[in-house]
Amino acid sequence: MSDHIVKSYDDDLAALKTMLAQMGGLAEEQLANAIYAIARRDTQIADKVIAGDAKIDAFERQIEEKAILTIAKRQPMARDLREIMVAIRVASDLERIGDLAKNTAKRTHAISEALPRKLISGLTRMGNLAQEQLRTILDAYAHTDAEKAIAVWRADEEIDSIYNSIFRELLTYMMEDPRMIGLCTHLLFGAKNMERIGDHTTNIAENIYYLVHGKPILEERPKKDATSITSIAKPR
Amino acid sequence: MNIMPQTIVTPEKPRIMAERPIKIVARDVNVYYGEKQAIKNVSIGIPDRAVSAFIGPSGCGKSTFLRAINRMNDTIPTCRMTGEIAIDGKNVYDRDVDVVQLRARVGMVFQKPNPFPKSIFENVAYGPRIHGLARNKSDLEDIVVTSLKRTSLFEEVKDRLGHSGTSLSGGQQQRLCIARAIAVNPEAILMDEPCSSLDPIATAKIEELIDELRQNFCIVIVTHSMQQAARVSQLAAFFHLGHLVEFGDTDEIFTAPREKRTQDYITGRFG
Repeated sequence: MSDHIVKSYDDDLAALKTMLAQMGGLAEEQLANAIYAIARRDTQIADKVIAGDAKIDAFERQIEEKAILTIAKRQPMARDLREIMVAIRVASDLERIGDLAKNTAKRTHAISEALPRKLISGLTRMGNLAQEQLRTILDAYAHTDAEKAIAVWRADEEIDSIYNSIFRELLTYMMEDPRMIGLCTHLLFGAKNMERIGDHTTNIAENIYYLVHGKPILEERPKKDATSITSIAKPR
Repeated sequence: MNIMPQTIVTPEKPRIMAERPIKIVARDVNVYYGEKQAIKNVSIGIPDRAVSAFIGPSGCGKSTFLRAINRMNDTIPTCRMTGEIAIDGKNVYDRDVDVVQLRARVGMVFQKPNPFPKSIFENVAYGPRIHGLARNKSDLEDIVVTSLKRTSLFEEVKDRLGHSGTSLSGGQQQRLCIARAIAVNPEAILMDEPCSSLDPIATAKIEELIDELRQNFCIVIVTHSMQQAARVSQLAAFFHLGHLVEFGDTDEIFTAPREKRTQDYITGRFG
């Protein structure tokens, strides 16, 4: 896209993009550390994640301020307007992703027992997938690549299906041994957090599509998360 | 005579177009000033009871095209035109068209308010009187009061209807000119940058007025302010170098225009 006649307008938009890139990088790092912390039960890393969330929140505020100021000063139109609206929305999704990473890290403190390897591997697999999705979507955003965004949008199905199987697996453990309920609940929430992060990346994907095409994606997103309609049988 | 143009540029899903009859139809319009071609093959359908905004950089032909609608260009000796512009199916360039009548049917408001150097009352009464729209004095007074009320000017000037029109503020003068235009009960009102010499408050009043007038009139407005076009119009046309580049729903033009040239212009990227 060619430059604005008023150069400082370009600077305003570029500043927004830079802040979002930094915020995205931070969210990625937080998520990676949260997954590491809970998998290794490393409370030190967990605390680092918990403390680091404030930085993400600060970024969101800064981006919002910059966006509002740009709207007030430039009265953006067409793609410029979409660019700014999308920046606000992406910042809010990243902020939520940060919160979910922090929440996952917090649970490290609650898990004192040694984890059965099998239990933790499902969660890390999900976490890695969510991380990969986040990385790809941030890349798609940096390059305003709508096709790549659509690919991420579709791939969320996979996270949903792993979440389904983890959900069932954890239920089985809990039924077998009620002493596992506390641990499994934390893991289940952790998995749910990863699933939510996946959803936020699809939000970002939808916004990239809107930014490029000026209209929303019309088709229905494939969804595989069936846990909310699964009834749980009473243990005998 | 039934003129249905072959190539009217209309939006894919013309929301307004579906609800309103098309008032003004232009087909293959070319306008020349001497050797220079100012309008190149413009075809467009403008709906009734809606505001259509013409936007584009200076010299793009939007004012020329606007002035072609009520044959204001006839007054320029070097100006030549081909093609057809029909209002309710009747080509305004037909030989049997009375230009004075036409300009009463299609009123015009200019960039600089241009009240007659007469009283406020006379400014509004002049048109209805020469066109024989009032049977007697009280009829005429009714028309003047109604027109001034419709432009929200009456309350401000009712105690000094005998004062000169030029004694009013710029914004009031402009509203007086609009009152003068609607006093002869026109079918369409053309506005050529009606707010460019007004402050933001007077501009807001004119915009409010335009919004009310569109319930009854076909309004075409040329404006350099993109924000104004976005605020007041339901349809927007982008002109560039004499061509009509894009014509569509205002909501769409200002959020997701189809043409790159439109996008570049409205986002301030034209170099």
